[in-house]
Amino acid sequence: MDSKGSIMSDLSSVRPVVEAKGLIKTFGRVVGLNSANLELYPGEVLAVIGDNGAGKSTLIKCISGAETPDSGQILIDGNEVSFKSSLDARAFGIETVYQTLAVAPALDIASNLYLGREKRKSGILGSVFRKLDHSGMRTTAKEQMTKLGIGTLQDMSQAVETLSGGQRQAVSVARAEAFGSKVVILDEPTAALGVRESNQVLKMIELMRDRGLPIILISHNMPQVFEVADRIHVQRLGSRAAVVTPQTHTMNDAVAIMTGALKVDEKDQALGPVRVPASA
Amino acid sequence: MSTPTTTDAESLIENLDRKGPMHHFHNAVHKYPWISPAIVLLVAVIIFGLINERFWPISNLSLITQQVSIVGALAVAQTLVILTAGIDLSVGAVAVLSSMVMAKTAAEQGVPGPIALLLGFAVGAAAGALNGFLITKLRLPPFIVTLGTLSIFMAVTLIYATGRTINRDKMGEAADILLWLGNPLQVGSFKITYGVVMMILLYVFFSWVLKNTAWGKHVYAVGDDPAAASLAGIRVNRVLFSVYLVGGIVLAIAGWIAIGRVGSASPTILPDANLESITAVVISGTSLFGGRGTMFGTLIGAILVGVVSNGLVLAGLDQAYKVLAIGILVIVSVALDQWIRKVRS
Repeated sequence: MDSKGSIMSDLSSVRPVVEAKGLIKTFGRVVGLNSANLELYPGEVLAVIGDNGAGKSTLIKCISGAETPDSGQILIDGNEVSFKSSLDARAFGIETVYQTLAVAPALDIASNLYLGREKRKSGILGSVFRKLDHSGMRTTAKEQMTKLGIGTLQDMSQAVETLSGGQRQAVSVARAEAFGSKVVILDEPTAALGVRESNQVLKMIELMRDRGLPIILISHNMPQVFEVADRIHVQRLGSRAAVVTPQTHTMNDAVAIMTGALKVDEKDQALGPVRVPASA
Repeated sequence: MSTPTTTDAESLIENLDRKGPMHHFHNAVHKYPWISPAIVLLVAVIIFGLINERFWPISNLSLITQQVSIVGALAVAQTLVILTAGIDLSVGAVAVLSSMVMAKTAAEQGVPGPIALLLGFAVGAAAGALNGFLITKLRLPPFIVTLGTLSIFMAVTLIYATGRTINRDKMGEAADILLWLGNPLQVGSFKITYGVVMMILLYVFFSWVLKNTAWGKHVYAVGDDPAAASLAGIRVNRVLFSVYLVGGIVLAIAGWIAIGRVGSASPTILPDANLESITAVVISGTSLFGGRGTMFGTLIGAILVGVVSNGLVLAGLDQAYKVLAIGILVIVSVALDQWIRKVRS
C-alpha cells in the first residue's frame, strides 16, 4: 500500500487529458446524465461500464461531440471546449470507434483509413487537379496496420468487404489511432465480433496504450474490461457511482456497484491516475 | 503448427471456397463489374453482325456512336446519382428543358450563342439543385422527388416552348455554337460528331474524378453506407447535393448534344431517354443500391443499348422488340448484381 501510495502521489500532479464536470443531459422527461463526472488521465485505458440506461452512451457521446450536454463542462488538457458535432471533437484529436463496423465496404482499406481526410498529391496535381495520393495513402495505411499488429493484411487496395469482421474493426481502430492524437474512444468495439477477433482488438487497445494514447473503452464484457482497463468508471442512474481498478475490486463488485448493491467509499476508489504514462 | 487433421480440413474448406471457374468469374465480375455487359455487348455485336450484313459497315457503326451520344451523356449524370444509391427519373426532362432554354433565348431574345449556352447550363444546374434540395433538405426519397420533378420539368418545358420546335433558321447566328456538336468529324474511316467526342470527354473526365479525387471517394462512400460515411466525417448531404447539381450541368451538356444531333430544339425529343439512361447504368454492373460501379461500365452499357436498338431495327423487327429486349437486359442485370453482391468475406 505504501509503494502504491507513493506512485499515487507522484501522479497526483498529472492533469486529466479529458475531464467532464457535472454534465447534465435530458431527453424530454428522461434524465440521461445527472451531474456526471469523468476523468481520463494520460496513457491509461479507462473502461466505462454501466447497466442499460445508466447514461454511459450519453456520457461518451457528449465527449465525442455526438451530443451536446444541457449544462456542465468538458475540458481537454484543462481547457474548456464545446463540441457542436463529432467533427469538432475530431479537430481536438478525439476519435471514436463504433460497434457497427463503420466502414464503407466497397472501398479499399487505404481509402477507408483516409475516408473524409484524404491526402492529395503534392504540387499542381494535388492543388489544382485535386488528385489523391493513392500510393502515399497505401504506404502509410500499411505502416499503420503493421504498427497495430495487423501486418497480415498485405494488399491495401483490397475492398473492405472482403475482410472478416475483426479485420474490418481493425481498420476502424487503425483509422482512429492514426488521427486520434488525443484520445481514442471505443464504443463496444467487440460487440459484433467473435472471441479470436475480440482478442485482436484488445491487443490493439494495449498497443495503442503502450504508445501513450489514452483510451476510453465502453463495454458490457466484464472479462474484457478487467483484462485491459487500468481504471473502471461505473456509471449508474446518470452519474458516476464509483471508479475502481481491476486490482482492488472483482467483477462481482463491479456488477454490485452497477446495480447499486455496493457502495464504495471515496477513499477506496481510484479517482486519480494509477498508470505511469508510457511516454513519461 | 497445426495437426495434420485440421490442415486437411482447412485445405478442404479452402478448396470449397476458392476453386472452380465460377468462383473465379464471381471474383472477377465483383472487382470489374463491367465485364458482364462487355461480354453481352460482344455477343450482341456478333449475333447482329451474323444475322444482318448491314450491321457491319463503318457507316452503321458510326451511326450507332451518334445515336449513343445523347443517352450516353445522360447516363453520366445517372451514374453519379445511382452511385449514391439514388435514382434520377428526370434526366431526360432536364436535358430537354436546358436545350429549349438555349434555343429559345437565342431565337426569341436574340441572346448571343455562348450566353444562351451558359443560360442552358444554369437552368440544368438549377434543376439539379432543386432535386438535390428536395432530397437532402426535405429528406424525400430520390425516386419520388425526381418522379415529381420529371412531370414539373416536362410541363415547364412545354409551357415555355408553347409546344413549338425551334429549328436552325430561327436560332440565327447562335445556331453555329448551339448546333456545333452536330458537326461531323472524320476519324479514319469513322464519321462521328463533336457530340460523340463531347460524350467521351464527359466519361474520361468523370472517370478520372471518381477515381482520383476525394469527392469521388465520398460519392462511393455515401452510396455504400451513408451512416458509415457520416461517422467518417463526410458531410453526406453536401455530397448528395453536389451530385445532383453537377449532374444537372452534365444533363444540360446532354441537351446541347441533343440540339446538335437532332438539328433543332423540341420539347418532345428524347421520349425514351430516362429509361434508356437508367438501363445503360444498370446493365453496366453499377449497383442500384449504390457504392459500386464505374463510368467505363456505363459507357459499355450505353453502347450496348445503342447496339441492341440499332441491331433490332436492322433485323427488321418492330420497335416493340427493342423495348422488350431492354426490359430483359435490365432484369437480368439486376439479378446479376444481386448475385455479385452476395459476397463472401
